[in-house]
Amino acid sequence: MTLSRMPEPDRTVLDRSGTIVKELEALLGADGVISEDDGRRAFEADALTSYRQTPLAVVLPRSTEEVSKVLRYCRQNNLKVVPRGAGTSLCGGALPSADSIVLGTSRMNRVLETDFANRTITVECGITNLAITDAVSAEGFFYAPDPSSQLACTIGGNLAMNSGGAHCLKYGVTTNNVLGVKIVLMDGEVVEIGGPYLDAEGYDFLALVIGSEGQFGIVTEATLKIVPTMPAARPVMLGFDSCEAAGQCVSAIIGSGIIPVAIEYMDKPAIEVAEAYAKAGYPLDVEALLIVEVEGFEDEIEKLMRAIVDIARGYNPKVVEASTSAEHSARIWKGRKAAFGAMGRISDYYCMDGTIPLAKLPEVLARITQICAQHRLKVANVFHAGDGNLHPLILYNANDADESRRAELAGAEILKLCVAVGGCLTGEHGVGIEKRDLMDVQYSPSDLAVQMRIKSIFDPNWLLNPGKVFPLSALEAGERPAAEQAA
Amino acid sequence: MTDLQRPGADWELQFVIAGCLERRLPVEVVGSGSKRGIGRPVDGAITVTTASLRGISLYEPNELVMSARAGTPLSQIEAELAARGQMLPFEPIDLAPATGGPQGAQTIGAVFATNMSGARRIHAGAARDHLLGIKGVNGRAELFQAGGRVMKNVTGYDVARGLSGSWGTLAVMTEVTFKVVPWPETAATVVYLGLPDNLAIEVLSAAMALPVEVSGAVHLQASVAARLNHPGLRTMNKSVTALRLENFASAVAGRKQRLKEALKVYGKALELDHRETLDFWGELRRLSVMPNRDTLLWRISTKPTTAPKLVAAIKRYMDVDAFYDWGGSLIWLEVPAAADAGTAEIRRVTAIHGGHATLIRAEPAVRAAVEVFQPLSPALERLTRGLKGAFDPAGILNPGRMYANL
Repeated sequence: MTLSRMPEPDRTVLDRSGTIVKELEALLGADGVISEDDGRRAFEADALTSYRQTPLAVVLPRSTEEVSKVLRYCRQNNLKVVPRGAGTSLCGGALPSADSIVLGTSRMNRVLETDFANRTITVECGITNLAITDAVSAEGFFYAPDPSSQLACTIGGNLAMNSGGAHCLKYGVTTNNVLGVKIVLMDGEVVEIGGPYLDAEGYDFLALVIGSEGQFGIVTEATLKIVPTMPAARPVMLGFDSCEAAGQCVSAIIGSGIIPVAIEYMDKPAIEVAEAYAKAGYPLDVEALLIVEVEGFEDEIEKLMRAIVDIARGYNPKVVEASTSAEHSARIWKGRKAAFGAMGRISDYYCMDGTIPLAKLPEVLARITQICAQHRLKVANVFHAGDGNLHPLILYNANDADESRRAELAGAEILKLCVAVGGCLTGEHGVGIEKRDLMDVQYSPSDLAVQMRIKSIFDPNWLLNPGKVFPLSALEAGERPAAEQAA
Repeated sequence: MTDLQRPGADWELQFVIAGCLERRLPVEVVGSGSKRGIGRPVDGAITVTTASLRGISLYEPNELVMSARAGTPLSQIEAELAARGQMLPFEPIDLAPATGGPQGAQTIGAVFATNMSGARRIHAGAARDHLLGIKGVNGRAELFQAGGRVMKNVTGYDVARGLSGSWGTLAVMTEVTFKVVPWPETAATVVYLGLPDNLAIEVLSAAMALPVEVSGAVHLQASVAARLNHPGLRTMNKSVTALRLENFASAVAGRKQRLKEALKVYGKALELDHRETLDFWGELRRLSVMPNRDTLLWRISTKPTTAPKLVAAIKRYMDVDAFYDWGGSLIWLEVPAAADAGTAEIRRVTAIHGGHATLIRAEPAVRAAVEVFQPLSPALERLTRGLKGAFDPAGILNPGRMYANL
């Protein structure tokens, strides 16, 4: 399954690999560079495992200064650099090329400062998402964006991809929770953008850096907003006979003025697999299952749950099960949280990430089933319904080249469908290599040119995380814009 | 007399900008023009207004999303939203009364182009946090779009948000798409009187650390509180420290008790009911406590715990009247008129304490002479020039509005 091809490696770089490794070792010490075959192979792929390429070398800097040294060296020697956090990208965002240096951030994982009076935390980029919340939870705070991979994924990766999570319906995604970053540019310059105060000065460079997929620079430190943890949260489970009813119920809940913390959706194939694995007590005779979570003080939760159930009754639910205890909540969530893993045990799957306007949900789900059937593939849907962020899981056998190819083709058709109904290619995973060549489905040439010029400001030689985000055809046709300063 | 252009369609705007680009004519970009008195004065050969690009193009209450042409008056947007029980979460502030512009005239495009958020920003996020997509014309006369209409979108770089707060210097927006939220069922305010600045900020920080979702946290020095309309609060001759709660009625009641209980060491609290709460925060939203007069108005962003120290430090050099918003992290500071607008002292003190300062109100001659926006570090300045070059290489859009040589 490799429809997207990486740019041809630069032969002259590969020929110099011995020298390059020695020079990198001179900068970082021998233990800061991985050059032997086995070591490098550990970095050949991220969570989009169908794409693999061993990099020329891997560097593991310990500080902003070391990152700066490496980037300056790479810039001077025209070497490509692929930043990598925990390698949990689902779009090939951390996929190396053969002539690239992978810059891993695993050694930069400290909490630098917690400031509860001002509700901020400053961390190094290699810290895991969950470790940030762990550092502040004793004081009653948490860091809100919670991607499913939060146990493993790093804040650096979250910043690169502007990651979301189940809670972002209420709390926003990464970009809404960052106050400042320290970023090292390709020429080694260290730039501080924003800081422990609101609304950074000047142009909104934070907005541009967050979600730039590691193509603008390496963020080494970030100052993040932390928010008070609500006293309790509980889900209610709603089962419906049709996806239309479930979709309308989601719209009605949101339209009523209630903003739940999360509204998760699973369709029948997903329910079956999750239930078989997690024994969460999910109903097997429904077409769609919603898990709606609300939070607050106990009496508030009671009231919200009642209101949600009342709304749901208007859509003939087959199952209404409100959590009554912490154990009950954990059981309801267990199946949803295990869904991807459970799916992975029965089949390889290709996880899509398009977002659509909520009103189009029934139409889009029906079309997804059709598209997959046309490609002779099964599909299961598990997604964040509150914000229309779909995650169709296309099931296929990775050892079957033809089936793999069909899965990728079906995926592309689904994403085109998402754009056609007014949505987008990716809601939280990023473009990476996976959706690169679909960018011109969503954007016109001038839209893309606007984006590519911004890239050129930060990285004029296009050395950072190459071959991603923009269609390869555009890059190879020499459409890469030169950086120009204002007159 | 400059030439005023009122394009009524995207292509017309594109045509106007293309003409200006060809002749290298500087263009002043405005919506209603209500914020013309803010920022550095622009000497445009042509003024382009988005005022004829009007109308709501999409509103899906059940998806919490709206699209509107950039020149649509904010008042129209808010009326449409209110009719469906919804609102703009970031409570956009109206700077016109404080700067001599027409009140209530601002356009939705300008709200995002200046990223001006009101008190609810501490809870709900800033204007930029709610911007989902834009269409616009850049200084190359290219019509482009960025982002979209869905809540979650990481397809390509976040250019829409990147244009928020750029004051029309990178592109002229023609349409904006943004997230909206339901009006809370009810609102209440808990008020503490007579607290000195440092204790007041302590109260605000303590409240913001509680799981009660405070949606407004302000402190008005006594001299500022004396300008309030609310008769009770105006005549107390005391500083006012206020916390707003918004939710359904029983939740507000419960949370109010929890809040008062947690803060009881700071004295007895007054309460404003729903009606009074709307009035009080409405006044703050119009910045009517900082009325237009010949004093100067600064807007300083810093850490809450630093804010009282920063104000005290500036007070050593000049008279100050301070209104702290955003839990203390935003200071509206009124200082006496001066030829350099107090720039030297205010910038020095802000640099020591961390944060950034913008001169909001001063005579045009003063705003032309001093740095109105926070001066940038050399590295940020280089990126700023790069970004300007990417969007407007000829420098025709609002030249000098933010920075003298850009």
